[in-house]
Amino acid sequence: MASTVVDEHIDHAVEDHAHEHHDNFITKYIFSTDHKTIAKQYLISGIFWALIGGFLSLVFRLQLGFPNAQLEWLRPLMGKWITTTGKLDPEFYLALVTMHGTIMVFFVLTAGLSGTFSNFLIPLQIGARDMASGFMNMLSYWFFFVSSVVMFISLFIETGPASGGWVIYPPLSALPQAMSGSGLGMTMWLIAMALFIVSTLLGGINYITTIINLRTIGMSFLKLPLTIWSFFLTAIIGLLSFPVLFGAALLLIFDRSFGTSFYLSDIYIGGEALPNMGGSPILFQHLFWFLGHPEVYIVLLPALGITSEIIATNSRKPIFGYKAMIISMLGITVLSFVVWAHHMFVSGMNPFLGSIFMLLTLIIAVPSAVKVFNYLTTLWKGNIIFTPAMLFSIGLVSFFISGGLTGLFVGNSAIDIQLHDTYFIVAHFHLVMGSAAFFGMMAGVYHWFPKMFGRMMDSKLGYIHFWISFVGIYMVFFPMHYIGIAGFPRRYYSFTNFDAFSTFVDLNAFVSIAAIITFAAQLIFLFNFFYSIFKGKKAPLNPWHSNTLEWTTPRLPGHGNWPGELPTVHRWPYDYSKPGAKEDFIPQTVPLSETPESNLQHEAKIVAELKSKVKS
Amino acid sequence: MIGFSIAVGIVLILAILLLIFRLHTLVNVMKQSDKKVGSGSNKTNALLFIVFMVVSFVLLFWYSVKNFHVYQLPIASEHGVITDRLFWITMGITGVVFILTQILLFYFPFKYQHSPKRKALYFPDNNRLEFIWTIVPAVVLTALVVYGLSVWNKVMSPAPKNAEIIEIMGYQFAWKVRYPGSDETLGAYDFRKIDAVNDFGLDFTDRAAFDDFSPRELHLPKGQPVEFHIRARDVLHSVFAPHFRLKMDAVPGMPTRFWFIPTKSTADMRVETGNPEFNYEIACTEVCGRGHFSMRLLVVVDEPADYEKWKSEQKPWLSKNPEYLAKVPENLKELAMIKSQIETTTLN
Repeated sequence: MASTVVDEHIDHAVEDHAHEHHDNFITKYIFSTDHKTIAKQYLISGIFWALIGGFLSLVFRLQLGFPNAQLEWLRPLMGKWITTTGKLDPEFYLALVTMHGTIMVFFVLTAGLSGTFSNFLIPLQIGARDMASGFMNMLSYWFFFVSSVVMFISLFIETGPASGGWVIYPPLSALPQAMSGSGLGMTMWLIAMALFIVSTLLGGINYITTIINLRTIGMSFLKLPLTIWSFFLTAIIGLLSFPVLFGAALLLIFDRSFGTSFYLSDIYIGGEALPNMGGSPILFQHLFWFLGHPEVYIVLLPALGITSEIIATNSRKPIFGYKAMIISMLGITVLSFVVWAHHMFVSGMNPFLGSIFMLLTLIIAVPSAVKVFNYLTTLWKGNIIFTPAMLFSIGLVSFFISGGLTGLFVGNSAIDIQLHDTYFIVAHFHLVMGSAAFFGMMAGVYHWFPKMFGRMMDSKLGYIHFWISFVGIYMVFFPMHYIGIAGFPRRYYSFTNFDAFSTFVDLNAFVSIAAIITFAAQLIFLFNFFYSIFKGKKAPLNPWHSNTLEWTTPRLPGHGNWPGELPTVHRWPYDYSKPGAKEDFIPQTVPLSETPESNLQHEAKIVAELKSKVKS
Repeated sequence: MIGFSIAVGIVLILAILLLIFRLHTLVNVMKQSDKKVGSGSNKTNALLFIVFMVVSFVLLFWYSVKNFHVYQLPIASEHGVITDRLFWITMGITGVVFILTQILLFYFPFKYQHSPKRKALYFPDNNRLEFIWTIVPAVVLTALVVYGLSVWNKVMSPAPKNAEIIEIMGYQFAWKVRYPGSDETLGAYDFRKIDAVNDFGLDFTDRAAFDDFSPRELHLPKGQPVEFHIRARDVLHSVFAPHFRLKMDAVPGMPTRFWFIPTKSTADMRVETGNPEFNYEIACTEVCGRGHFSMRLLVVVDEPADYEKWKSEQKPWLSKNPEYLAKVPENLKELAMIKSQIETTTLN
């Protein structure tokens, strides 16, 4: 049985080799079916979107930090959205926060993160030639690309992009007469998201199939690196939750364009009573958050997987509690589907539902806590090397703790009455989801750059990038807790209308300055990234002395990843600093029989059994 | 010209930075420092974690203590006291966990930074440890859940029978309030009856609507239960009264409620905060469009006697808009005139 599998793989390799000769520029770099190229396409697109999303946040931070500033100089870029008095238009302010959220959550931290690393690492770390369906994988990227184009164009249309918040609650998002962004901008938002969901599903099906079917010989589920586990579970969450958003969006399209009343009822707007009766805005919220909450974990889990791998490698220690980590992720996966209504404690839904969702929400904190303690124990008594990737991983854990703990406040319905839709929430999710996932993405880029481009990034620039980002992000989001406890509502254009919100002028200015500095630090990364692609030092085969399979490929793996046979896996990926071993790492491809000096008791037994089998 | 010189300046600075970067790379190649692990930068990074931790903790405590009165708004409702207690207990518990875990997270990298002389401890798992840190958070969280549930159920319990009922309606971009008047019953409404004057869509076939009044400010009696009946006319809004620790969405087509007991009159609060201009406010916390940030409603909490006096001085909506008498069915016209005090003020 095993030999036929091997033969098949070799056949593939020969075929793939033959294909390579026919590659022209278009099939190699544009309509490529190679998972590595698709991963890079996702990465570059993600970086592009991150810059746009980050820039949008700077514009509204200027407004919040310096409400009296003259923004006339932005007119060449923003046109009529700068009013005649040189101020930002209040409605465009809402468009900015809406698009910032949409872009960051979906286009950067879902497509940019999962798209890049699931595509790049799944075949390389499980020992496969490529994804199960290269064509579907290519389709996935190009659906994402078209979605991006639609979303990007919507930024520039005359009535402005969608502006009802990234959660697009109807009736606001359903009624063009309620705000101009709910016109064409909202239509384009819905089209873009529908395409985006198609892309995510195509990608997700592929990731799941590949992980189940294309693992190389010996790569059992319990020998998979935690990165793969996280991508696997992420894809499952996406596959089950994104269709619900699709349904929600579809009903919204019906309400907007075909006169149905799924979400609309009892509305008097623009001087007339609308004919819609019997719909419920709350229904949309349930449907939206049925995706919206799992989405948080779609963003976070890959980052945690990447971090697990990087922290183990650079602590030169096995990840502590490998199985506990998997069980925690499984727990998070299941629970992520039953906590959605904690976003709706004060939406007017039955308070009894609130109690149930509060209970379930606080349960999900347990597996998260287990993960944190396991990270800490992995660092304990390690021999830690601070690569830029390692720094970003430690930063991620710090954000995960800070933002995770505030989840215990807002997950508790009684406390959430006061904190709901204030800056406390903004601080909470930007730390636990936004910044943590962003750091996971950065850690991944620094760690796997040598495999992606065959060259090294400059580590000194990486250190500078990390420290400014780390300190900067805390400077931006930590103060928001105070502002939130004081009750400042989010999505406010200015706070001057209320006596209760007249404080913290200085702190808001401070946050804005910190945001500008943090954004500027990302330019260091950009330079490092693009410079190193072309001029970086050539990478050694295994620069971080890592155990996983991707480091057994050539410096620049071609189509099919491994020339000749696929590697065979003999051990789990975390044999770092094993007592008795010659070096402080043993790659997954080294058979137990070659390392008698370091084998544990049960491993020695396996070797002995194998030997006796061979003899008989 | 200035713009041009700034541009030249920026280009020059970038060029210098690029040169420094290039030089530094070449020096590294010469020194082969990239071949060594645990070089100088390893030590620097390890140390920076400690510096970061110490400086952040100092800033955190300094700012939190110094500005406590700025971010902790005075509490002006009965349930606000218990939700805030829950908040600060949670703060205590999470605060301890926060400090401990962050200290470990930054101390371990410093303590266990790379040394060629040492080998890391091979410590792949330990079921007892995993068990402990599954159970301990689970127990603590259970306590928080149980406590939280008891608070939540108290806050969300049905309003007492004697509660003052007041309607708040959100629309783009303001609030309207309506009191039931002397019959203590809010009149029926229908969104199809809304017009430029009749903002509430009052239904004048319902006799309870005749004496409803709609003041510009929201008045509340101190020490008495009040129940807000909340609705929205166009899009979602959310009633947020920060000092009362009160928030509830206003949903078109689905009226919502929130009841509470104000404990401090506006005058009390002016003394407590030392601000003679203090006023309670209601804000909108569900994004609703262009004017979302300006949906301010002034709230006045009166001593009960003052409240009753204020209420008795208010004129029913119908008396201010007598042309709507035409919408009242013939058989109820007289009652409407009496209840709304039109031309018959002496009778009441």
